Amino acid sequence: MTRRFLPGFIIALGLLALGLLVAFTVGRYPVTLADLIEVLVSRLAGRPTEVPPAVENVVLLVRGPRVVAAALVGAALAVAGTAFQGLFRNPLVSPDILGASSGAALGAVLGIYFSLGVIGIEGLAFVGGLVAVAAVYVIGSMLHARDPILVLVLTGVVVGALLGAGVGLVKYLADPYNQLPAMTFWLLGSLAATTVSDLLPLTGPVALGTIVLIALRWRLNVMSLPEDEARALGLATGPFRIAIVAAATLVTAASVATSGIIGWVGLVVPHLARALVGPDFPRLIPTAALLGGGYLLFIDTLARTAAPVEIPLGILTAVIGTPFFIWLLAGMQRTWS
Amino acid sequence: MISYNRRALIAGLAATLLAPPRARAASVIDGAGRDVPVPARVERVFPAGPPAAIFLYTLAPELLIGWPRANRPEEREFLLPDVGGRPEVGRITGRGNTANLEVVLALKPDLILDVGSVNPTYVSLADRVQQQTGIPYALLDGRFEGIPLSYRTLGALIGRREQGEGLARNAEDTMKTITQRVGSIPPDRRPRVYYARGPRGLETGLGGSINVETIELVAQNVAGGTRGGLANVSIEQVLLWNPDVIITIDQDFAANVLSDPAWAPVAAVRAHRVHLSPKLPFGWVDFPPTVNRLIGLWWLAKILYPDLFPEDLRALTHEFYTRFYHVTPSDAQMERVLAGRD
Repeated sequence: MTRRFLPGFIIALGLLALGLLVAFTVGRYPVTLADLIEVLVSRLAGRPTEVPPAVENVVLLVRGPRVVAAALVGAALAVAGTAFQGLFRNPLVSPDILGASSGAALGAVLGIYFSLGVIGIEGLAFVGGLVAVAAVYVIGSMLHARDPILVLVLTGVVVGALLGAGVGLVKYLADPYNQLPAMTFWLLGSLAATTVSDLLPLTGPVALGTIVLIALRWRLNVMSLPEDEARALGLATGPFRIAIVAAATLVTAASVATSGIIGWVGLVVPHLARALVGPDFPRLIPTAALLGGGYLLFIDTLARTAAPVEIPLGILTAVIGTPFFIWLLAGMQRTWS
Repeated sequence: MISYNRRALIAGLAATLLAPPRARAASVIDGAGRDVPVPARVERVFPAGPPAAIFLYTLAPELLIGWPRANRPEEREFLLPDVGGRPEVGRITGRGNTANLEVVLALKPDLILDVGSVNPTYVSLADRVQQQTGIPYALLDGRFEGIPLSYRTLGALIGRREQGEGLARNAEDTMKTITQRVGSIPPDRRPRVYYARGPRGLETGLGGSINVETIELVAQNVAGGTRGGLANVSIEQVLLWNPDVIITIDQDFAANVLSDPAWAPVAAVRAHRVHLSPKLPFGWVDFPPTVNRLIGLWWLAKILYPDLFPEDLRALTHEFYTRFYHVTPSDAQMERVLAGRD
C-alpha cells in the first residue's frame, strides 16, 4: 500500500477545481462563463460591473454562497468520516455514528415545531448535534468495558435510535399541513436556501475542526492501530480520542445544521481518498477534504439543475453512493481483512 | 297452523315490501359514491381531520364533538366561545396519524365525517372504520368544486337540508362570480404568481397540488409546469420564473423578503407585490383545504384584479365570518385578520 501522494492529491485537487467550475457555470438561471468572469473580476477590481444586476445577483448572492457551502459541507463530512473510520478502526463508520446527525435532526425538527426562524432552527440543529455526541461520549465512558471503542460505537447507535424516535414523535405532533413538509424537506438535506449569512457559522467550526484533525494527523495513524499496540507505543489514547471526537463532531454538526441530513458522503469519500493516496492520515485528510468538496459540488449541481424543483441531496447521495459502495466493498475484502 | 303461517308470510311480505323504500330513504351517497346510512338522530359528530371539523362547524357547530387539534386562543376569538374551546380529540386521517378507535367509540358519535381527498386510500379507510365501529362514516370532497355538493350531502345526513342548501348556494355564487370575472382574461394573460412557504420562501406547490388550488383558480402558478405536491425550489429558479406577484403564508419570509438582496431582482419584490395571507381562524389560501379558502378567493382576486373586483374586502370578510363562522369580528379583530399575523 505505498501509493505516491502527489498524483492522488493532484487528482483530488483537479476534481475540486472542475467541480467549482461546473457548479459556478451551470444552473437554472443562465450565466455565461464570460459573465461569470466579468462579475468576479469587476468585484475584485472594485469597479462597477457591466452585466445585468440579476446575473450579478445570481453569481454573488445565490449560486456563489451555495457553491462555497457545498464544497465546505462535502469537505467537512469527508474529513469527519475519515477521522472516525480511523479512530474506530472500522470501514463502515460514517460521521453520524456517534449521533451527531440524529441530534441535529431532533434540534431542527424542534425548531420547526416551535416555528422558530431560520437562525433558530440552524442553531438548535448545531447544538443538538453537539449535545447528542457529548451524551454518547459520557455514557460510553461510564460503562467500564474492555473495548471502549466498541462500547462507544454501540452507545452511539443506541442513543441515535432514541433520538430518531424523538424526531418521529415531533413529526407526529406537528401540524400536518405546514410543519410536517418542512421537517421532511429538512431531513432529506438541501442547500437550496443557502445565503451569504450562512457561510460564517459554517466556515468557522469546519475550519477549526479540520485544523485540529490535521494537527492530530500523526496521532490518528497510531490511534488506528489496535488499542494495545497504541499503548505499547507509549500513547495515552484517552485525551486524543476526546479531541478527535470533538473536532469531527464540530465539523459534522456545523455542516448538518446548514444542509440538513446528507448521508453517504462521509462514508464513501474516505474510501475513495484511501484508494488514491493510501491509509496514511497526513496524506489522507487533505485528500479526503478536496475529494469530498468536489463530490458534493457535483451532486449539488445535479440537485439544482436536473429539474425545476430541487432534488433532495440525501436522496441523490444515497442513489449514487449505494452501488458505488457495494462496488468498493467487493474490491476491498482483501484490504480490510 | 296454516293460517298462522299465512299470517307470518303476509307479515314477512309486508316487511320486505316496506323495507326497501325505508332503507333507500335512510341512506345518502357520499362524495366518494359510497352509500352511507342516515343516522336516526345526529347530536354528536366526530371530525376525522381538520377540514372535516371546519366544514361541520360552518354548517352545524353544536354537533362538533371536538377538534383534531385544540384551537389556540387567537383562533378561538373568531369561533363561537362554547364550540371553539371544545377539547382536542385527535384525528383519524391525515398523514399517518391514527386516532384510537376505542377513543372514538367512547365519545359516542352518531356520525364520523371526513372532508378532503376522496381517493381509494380514504375510501378504504372510511369503509374499514365504518365496519369496525358500526358508526356511519361519510367522506366528502373538500376541493372547491366539490364544496356545494358536500354541503348538500352533509345537510341531508344531519337533517339540515335547508341550511346546507344555503351555504351551498353561497359557495356556488362566490365561485361563479369570481371565475366569471376572471374568465374575461385569457389564462396566459393572468398574473404569474409564486406561492412561497417556509421561512425562506423556497417551498412551493406544484401544478394541481391542493396547496395552490386557490391560486390556480384565479392566476397562473409559475411552478405549475411540473405536476405534483409540495416541493423545494432554488432562488435561481424563482429568479428565472420572475413572478409578478408572490403570495406567502410565512410571516418571517414576508417581513424579510423585501430587504433580502438575493430576492431583489424578482419582479414581484421590485414592485412590492408580496402578500401575506390572512390565517385567522383558519388559513385563507392553503390549509386546511376546505371552505375556509372561499374568502381567500375574494382576497386573492382583489389583489390580482383590483379593477374587476371593486367590492370592499372588509364587508365581504364581515359577511363570510358571520355566515360561516357564526361570529362578527370587531374592527380591531378585522385589522388583525387582514394583517395576516398570528
